Amino acid sequence: MSVDIDTVRRIAKLARIRVEDAQAESLVGELNNILAWVEQLGELDTEGVAPMTSVVEQKLHLRADAVTDGGYPEDIVANAPQSAHGFFVVPKVVE
Amino acid sequence: MSLIEGETGSWEMVIGLEVHAQVISESKLFSGASTRFGAAPNSQVSLVDAAMPGMLPVLNRACVAQAIRTGLGLKAQINLTSVFERKNYFYPDLPQGYQISQYEKPIVGNGTLTIDLPDGSTKDVGIERLHLEQDAGKSLHDQDPLHTYVDLNRSGVALMEIVSKPEMGSAEEAGAYVRKLRSLLRYLGTCDGNMEEGSLRCDVNLSLRRPGGPLGTRTETKNVNSIRFVQQAIEAEARRQLEILESGGTVVQETRLFDPKRGETRPMRSKEEAHDYRYFPDPDLLPLELEPAWVEELGAGLPELPDDKKARFLADYGLSTYDASVLVAEQENAAFYEALVKGGKKRDPKLAANWTITNYFGALNASGETLETAPVDADKLGGLLDLLADDTISGRQAKEVFEAMWESGKDALTIVEEKGLKQVSDAGELGAAVDKVIADNPAQVEKYRENPNVIGWFVGQVMKATQGKANPGMVNKLLKDKLG
Repeated sequence: MSVDIDTVRRIAKLARIRVEDAQAESLVGELNNILAWVEQLGELDTEGVAPMTSVVEQKLHLRADAVTDGGYPEDIVANAPQSAHGFFVVPKVVE
Repeated sequence: MSLIEGETGSWEMVIGLEVHAQVISESKLFSGASTRFGAAPNSQVSLVDAAMPGMLPVLNRACVAQAIRTGLGLKAQINLTSVFERKNYFYPDLPQGYQISQYEKPIVGNGTLTIDLPDGSTKDVGIERLHLEQDAGKSLHDQDPLHTYVDLNRSGVALMEIVSKPEMGSAEEAGAYVRKLRSLLRYLGTCDGNMEEGSLRCDVNLSLRRPGGPLGTRTETKNVNSIRFVQQAIEAEARRQLEILESGGTVVQETRLFDPKRGETRPMRSKEEAHDYRYFPDPDLLPLELEPAWVEELGAGLPELPDDKKARFLADYGLSTYDASVLVAEQENAAFYEALVKGGKKRDPKLAANWTITNYFGALNASGETLETAPVDADKLGGLLDLLADDTISGRQAKEVFEAMWESGKDALTIVEEKGLKQVSDAGELGAAVDKVIADNPAQVEKYRENPNVIGWFVGQVMKATQGKANPGMVNKLLKDKLG
């Protein structure tokens, strides 16, 4: 697998990261190096081997259905660049 | 399947529905914040829901149980292993930048929903899957001309996305599907089905094709929030696609919105770029493995569901399909009917069904009361039916008494006594009145000999003479005997 400059621009856009054209050029090489390195995994025959989801033998933990959190709206919006009446305030997004 | 006749021939609608049903639970899918509706903004948000760095999701066992119960109610396959994935997109009310959802391995697979059509027939619609996911926060666009306000109280609340197969062919079928699904979810207690509050939201996938031909390109109309709008959106979108296809154009696969004020759909701008969701398994969550014993236990605890109840009402009470469907649509209505039939003396199930549907539900609708607040309960209505059954009052009087009961909350017998409404069923008393009317009207008696329908006139005279209190059936019988 490898990426070209259009894919790099597209990934950047989807991730909302601004990438200048000059940067994009060098990112193509960097990302392709990383992909090639990861692709070495493909050399192993994993036919019939279930994907490993954890390095230790454990199951997904389920919690009981109880209200144990919340009730601190000031903390929630504390870092917001703008807030009013307990809401986050963001530039208008109209549908 | 209803066909649309176009100028170039007929077309067939192919409709599939995606329903987002908010799960009934105390706390959110992955956090301990409350799910209660209508709280102050951002007051039911944990640091997990706000996507603060380093916070980890922990799955709510009750939400998993609700999804399994719903799957069992849909007679669907329960997948003992399912996987949570991240669906990546940017929107101000999605603080994580991704929604935790299920993609390749949902918790529930193929199932069936039997829908009830207005003509009394039923149709099986296939269920493709049901998966668990997080809801997003809420954006308010009308608070400020330049800004959008975001409330994260809903962020992280558990949703079940229930996807049908594209097996519906008309707006009517789609409406019946949503109604039946809502009824089922309410029976199961897994979603309150409240479309006004957004607990049940519907996306409509629709395409047109020539009858039996290959599938056409579909569009998805998002977030339609009432059954009426679902049907209107389908009609509007089918019309739009028909015009395009008939004039030789091609339908573009896209996401659209329904505008109820204009009665039309329009393209949704923001989603155009966002179709690449880059799903991948959420590294914060291990696969969800279910114990078969737990699934069995949940299955054993399911209540009697609408289809089974309907079958029982048909068999035990001899009701019409229509009456049975109306009565079982809501669990509380069915319970009211059964309390009425089973209460007190032996009551006629068909009479009870008529009174429940026509008079009682009619009064509920007209007054805006609910079963809990109504001035007349099953016990009181039963008292009225008993007076009707033992001929104390006539059908006409019963309606009058029912109205008075609804006004005053008094029981039927009290009102009958207060108003002196008791029907006269005494053979001696009625016989005297009948004899007098016959004796006073020899000309009418002659007419009766030629035309037996004239008996109606005699009944009317006797009713008049008794101020409407005579038992009409008995008067009829006495007249027939005496007139020979």
